[in-house]
Amino acid sequence: MLTLRSSDRDTLLAACVRALPNEGCGLLLGTLEGVVRAVVASENVADSAKVYEIDPKVLLRAYRRAEEEGLEVLGVFHSHTHSEAYPSPTDVAQAPDPAWHYAIVSFAHRPSVLRSYRIENDLVTEEAVVVVD
Amino acid sequence: MSAVLRIPTVLRPSMGGASVIAVEGSTVGEVLLTLTTTYPAIKGQLLNADGTLHRFLNVYVNDDDVRYLGGVEALIANDDEITLLPAVAGGAW
Repeated sequence: MLTLRSSDRDTLLAACVRALPNEGCGLLLGTLEGVVRAVVASENVADSAKVYEIDPKVLLRAYRRAEEEGLEVLGVFHSHTHSEAYPSPTDVAQAPDPAWHYAIVSFAHRPSVLRSYRIENDLVTEEAVVVVD
Repeated sequence: MSAVLRIPTVLRPSMGGASVIAVEGSTVGEVLLTLTTTYPAIKGQLLNADGTLHRFLNVYVNDDDVRYLGGVEALIANDDEITLLPAVAGGAW
């Protein structure tokens, strides 16, 4: 289960909207159990509507911030501009960490859709997204 | 030279579980080569067959990306902090 405050969900969605027409992306900080405490938007250094890559400097800063604040980098979010909010073969092949939560925003429909997944050994499992105030 | 190596969660299971370890070496390449000898399971995630840095691995010495310091030739000083960060990427394609 991925739990995040409505303000963090809005930050995440806004980052993905700002990135259009490219995919947006960023990191989730909190606990590995899936409680988000901060959303860190990143430039998509792939500069693409079809793939994303987190800026390595953002990655480094996020890990340092997490350590300073007693948090973990618990996952990543990105957007699919024209396809469903489900991990693509590229997402699955490049999923770095089975402990992570992989949140995907889809703009294929209006309103946009936010879903989250766990990916381990190429096995994709959807988890609930719970938004709290 | 003796430096500190910070290990991301994804590599810890293959590297004994620690988040921080002490490493020896005068260059990034020496450190990574020693790691692949000690932890063979991570070899393919750190270095290419020709000894260059893996495309999907970011290595920082303190605050500096080693790709701008000479890659595997980047020098290590005593008490430097080396951070390994696998690239985070994907997409709809």
